[in-house]
Amino acid sequence: MDLSQILLGVHFSNPTVLASGIWGITAASWREVARNGAGAVTTKSLWLHEHKGHANPIIISTEHWTLNAVGLPDAGIEKAREEIGDYNHDKPIPLIASIVESTVDNFAKVAEEIVKLHPDFLEVNISCPNVEDELGRPFACSVVDAAAVTKAVKSVSGDIPVFIKLSPNVDNIGAIASSCADAGADGFTVINTVGPGMAIDLRSRMPILTNKVGGMSGPAIKPIAVKCIADVYKATEGKKPIIGTGGIMTGEDAIEFLLAGASLIGIGTGVAYRGEKIFKLVCDEMKKWCDAEGVKDLSELIGGMHRRVSGC
Amino acid sequence: MKRETEFVTTMTLPVSLGAKPGQFVMIWLPGVEEIPMSVALDDGKKLQITFFAVGDTTKKMALLKKGDLVGVRGPFGTHYQWEKKEHLALVAGGYGAAPMYFAAKEASKDGCTLEVFIGARGKEHLLYEKEFAKLPKTTVHISTDDGSKGFKGFNVQLLSNLLKEKKHSKKKPWIDQIFSCGPERMLVSVSDLSFQQKIPSQLSLERYMKCGYGLCGNCVVDPLGIRMCTHGPVVDNVTCRKITEFGKCHRDALGRKHNF
Repeated sequence: MDLSQILLGVHFSNPTVLASGIWGITAASWREVARNGAGAVTTKSLWLHEHKGHANPIIISTEHWTLNAVGLPDAGIEKAREEIGDYNHDKPIPLIASIVESTVDNFAKVAEEIVKLHPDFLEVNISCPNVEDELGRPFACSVVDAAAVTKAVKSVSGDIPVFIKLSPNVDNIGAIASSCADAGADGFTVINTVGPGMAIDLRSRMPILTNKVGGMSGPAIKPIAVKCIADVYKATEGKKPIIGTGGIMTGEDAIEFLLAGASLIGIGTGVAYRGEKIFKLVCDEMKKWCDAEGVKDLSELIGGMHRRVSGC
Repeated sequence: MKRETEFVTTMTLPVSLGAKPGQFVMIWLPGVEEIPMSVALDDGKKLQITFFAVGDTTKKMALLKKGDLVGVRGPFGTHYQWEKKEHLALVAGGYGAAPMYFAAKEASKDGCTLEVFIGARGKEHLLYEKEFAKLPKTTVHISTDDGSKGFKGFNVQLLSNLLKEKKHSKKKPWIDQIFSCGPERMLVSVSDLSFQQKIPSQLSLERYMKCGYGLCGNCVVDPLGIRMCTHGPVVDNVTCRKITEFGKCHRDALGRKHNF
């Protein structure tokens, strides 16, 4: 079974994608992720200017979930130029550049700079739940704000497809997706981390994370991700490709995401749970499942649940 | 809490995490910060950390008293590995002596013969000298920058001298492996010596770590892109010599490069 596909003009040798914020902070690390079998990499969220993250502890994991409040640290556009420039010299797999900023205008500014570095996709992070003290309610929680950022980024993105990274922490993710699609979004990354949540240390009676709250990821959030992917797929009538992210551990998890409507599969926290070999493991497990089910092409699976439910 | 030297303190925690020599743990001072620390001992009952009180958090840690609360998670990363009855050279610089002592203690249980090279600026900064001396089949070689005790100069030079002396010893090679922990400039010398003499070595490479288990990516090294919290901190010299930033630069909390 061949897991490759062409999406918005970009060739992906398999659907696994390193999710933003995990591991990939340098050109060397993106190449190492490629050597471990990923189909694409997403950068950590890139800012126009230097942005400090939160103080340690920034993360805590259990068997079921991980809470993180890394806080989007980044050295700013100069480092992005250096690392993406380096990566472009010898680029094994597509690069998705994640961008973040604090205002609509700055989103356009950072997008304008990053577009010059020719990433394959832009991923617009308007949904980080662990910087609310600093930035306020995420743009992804309002149909108006989400569309405004989309429009601003699209005005400078040229022919580079723009994916909006959505938050699960909303009443109606489908409505947010529709409004972004109307504003020109080419695709969606679904979902960012859940919550935020909190964990308290019993002995000190203190929140474990310095930021007190953190976005939840890991195996426990997978059903929420499946529902959100299905909602976005339905709201956009399956016309906008989705990078499904949230709790992926196995090839069967990935198949479930495809059936809900995802075309690509983001893997983040799973890197800690199964190690860097997770990309290869998920692909092998997907192939095995497809072979057993007689599936010949990923397109047979993408959005398959919706076709089955509606009977077409 | 035990004051070892002017700046170095050992903290003993009444827990075991099953840590192996070379591994690290994250130590959390609630309300202050959480930082990575090398394990100085884990004997199945207690965990010890020996640290240099140089930053805001370590200075506060040095002031802790018996009964104060600290959080600990781990152990993380790779550890030193040896075969039974090997002849090992352990090269410790500064507070790198702590994890080296842990390795020495465990390796001596496996019948290893140990040549320990403790180096420091001056005799008042030497760590674990007495503890090393108590281990069986162990010879302690002291060196100080100012010559206040032992060999005047670097410990790696002392090892190099000894290797020359033993060139014609019957046992080939005289040393099976070199372990080292300490300042990166010292590690570079150990790496070069190990490479030239064709003696395998394992070196502990420190990078800025946040999560400790492979997620945040802050401890990646060029050009391999591997994370030092999962592929390290202990790396074999073959890998180490592929890391072009080794001895040259490292990345800060924002991922920006700084020269040593």
